[in-house]
Amino acid sequence: MKIGLFIPCYVNAVYPEVGVATYKLLDYLGLDVDYPLEQTCCGQPMANAGFEDKAIHLAEQFDHIFDAYDYVVGPSASCVAFVREHHPDLLKKEGHVCRTSSKTYDICEFLHDIVKVDKLPGRFPHKVSVHNSCHGVRELHLSSASELNIPPFSKVKDLLSLMEGIELFEPAYVDECCGFGGMFSVEEPSVSVCMGQDKLRNHIQTGAEYITGADSSCLMHMQGVAKRENLPIKFIHVTQILASGL
Amino acid sequence: MSTKHTKAADLFIENKEQQVWHNKTLHFVRDKRDKMAMQLPEWEVLRETAHKIKMHTITHLDHYLDLFSTRAEANGIQVHWAKDAEEHNQIVYEILQSHKVRKLVKSKSMLAEECHLNPYLIDKGINVVESDLGERILQLLNEPPSHIVMPAIHLKRQEVGKLFEEKLHTEKDNSDPTYLTRAARAHLREEFLTADAAMTGANFGVAETGDIVVCTNEGNADMGTALPPLHIVTMGMEKVIPNLQSLSVFIRLLARSATGQPVTAYTSHYRKPREGCEMHLVIVDNGRSEALSNEDHIQTLKCIRCGACMNTCPVYRRSGGYSYTYFIPGPIGINLGMLHAPKEYYDNLSACSLCYSCNNVCPVKIDLADQIYKWRQNLDSFGKADPMKKVMSEGMKFMFERPALFRTGLKMAPIVNHMPRPLIYNGLNDWGKGRELPQFASESFAALWKKGKVSAANQKRSNHEQ
Repeated sequence: MKIGLFIPCYVNAVYPEVGVATYKLLDYLGLDVDYPLEQTCCGQPMANAGFEDKAIHLAEQFDHIFDAYDYVVGPSASCVAFVREHHPDLLKKEGHVCRTSSKTYDICEFLHDIVKVDKLPGRFPHKVSVHNSCHGVRELHLSSASELNIPPFSKVKDLLSLMEGIELFEPAYVDECCGFGGMFSVEEPSVSVCMGQDKLRNHIQTGAEYITGADSSCLMHMQGVAKRENLPIKFIHVTQILASGL
Repeated sequence: MSTKHTKAADLFIENKEQQVWHNKTLHFVRDKRDKMAMQLPEWEVLRETAHKIKMHTITHLDHYLDLFSTRAEANGIQVHWAKDAEEHNQIVYEILQSHKVRKLVKSKSMLAEECHLNPYLIDKGINVVESDLGERILQLLNEPPSHIVMPAIHLKRQEVGKLFEEKLHTEKDNSDPTYLTRAARAHLREEFLTADAAMTGANFGVAETGDIVVCTNEGNADMGTALPPLHIVTMGMEKVIPNLQSLSVFIRLLARSATGQPVTAYTSHYRKPREGCEMHLVIVDNGRSEALSNEDHIQTLKCIRCGACMNTCPVYRRSGGYSYTYFIPGPIGINLGMLHAPKEYYDNLSACSLCYSCNNVCPVKIDLADQIYKWRQNLDSFGKADPMKKVMSEGMKFMFERPALFRTGLKMAPIVNHMPRPLIYNGLNDWGKGRELPQFASESFAALWKKGKVSAANQKRSNHEQ
């Protein structure tokens, strides 16, 4: 099984350790992992801001680069959701059929649904509050959305539970937005920061030492607020916890 | 980079105490809605059914409107058709004039708000009295509603106490809710008794029977229509549904979604005029038939005006109803405003982080967030795209389409980490308002990969294991 590693632009620049952890996990599971160097960005930042036309070529680029792989796996639910939900429409405008969107997975759903990982080595003896990111929950269905009357589930919590010694918590308003939202964060800074502060307070009230999640973008936003206000909480991506014993 | 919504939201948030209270109060309504939704095992089936009934009806609207109006006329109701707000207001005024009406009591109608009916009638000398408590409070304040179901939700009881002191001569500094409600009731009772005509909106028009269904908690619609000899109903043409069986689906969803009640206190069916009285029905288009032909936005016509999307919206809760430029706020208001007059109401499009919670609470499954995303794509075509966002998007496009340039960028980025603070955190940096910037890694993932450091990390592990 050939895996194309999709490392979103900001993870590449700001959180390379999340990419490394993702690689470690996939490699540990015996998968053939490659990182095509020509990849850049999925196009979501421009599209969500209202400039989808500027993302079309990037979608083509993505489709071309990852076409050769059996699966495309990345550590960012939101970027994966964009590829899955929007790339087919973008490519349709150019008369192309998107070949990669249906085989692109967030690392958590890939480990949970495709590889079906049921054990991982290592201990993580810490209190961790799980951040259920909007696109992870409501687009990729990594966990059951709080609005819906469906049986509760959480793929992220299932995976984290494999770590020995970990104590999992969830904040009040379990999947309310943290206020990042791409360019929303700079176009509506007051609302965005206010949402970030509220979200952080709810995470901190669980008594957790760490906030973790499948989206580094939400973590980056909350980290920015926490740092400005000197709040006592650490941030770690799900993959870093899962790979901590590797 | 800011819109009218951004600026209004800034002001709202500045009053921290009010913002916290507003957020909490509205979230409490969402919590009540959740409790109700979780009690019904068939909740998601109901939503799906409601969606299908609405889609079916609005795509066969000619048939159902014909049936509905025929039945209503057969029941003795006089039916009028208004192509727009102006025609609607004229028709209502002509009916009032022909009955020499001086005082009109109204129950809440978002359509009347949409058509700016009150100022039109008041201008012509009609005394218009709102009879929904929230609406009446706002009328006395001369303010518009800030929420479609709970129009005065932004006001605290102390503010209402003060207003009543001045307008209804209640006791000084008494803001006890029961006391104030009783005072309003006594005051409204007098208005009901002396009104010459009543006006209501319509939650549903049942095609099969010609029934007009109005849902209220205060019974004010019934009180208003029970006394005067004239009842005018104003109804958007998308409010028609096929039959009583389909009504049962919507009635189970409406109050649960809106306020977290199993059902509103009153669900009134108006079928025919009272003995010796007249009943008129004005069916309004006002842009709705155009929306029907708009594939991307047709789903807004499914809306049953429950307001659940507002209560769940993290932006609405933190910026308040008045931060939006269209009279309906929140996710549905952003979309309805754009359908109505995009060049006038595009400012509201910034009020969305695309969290998609609105899609999930909507009892008729309107794709609210998807539509906001789509509207944003249109802004540039009519010259309303934010220039700064456009420049940023063009810059990103330029860099991301050139992988080598992107990798050079990754190499250079860490320089930013060491720049003097004032150079980075200044008025131009909207991120820096309340947040620290992330630190760029000294070596990007691409650089680590190129140097073989990523696989080396695991190499070390396998050597160790051996």
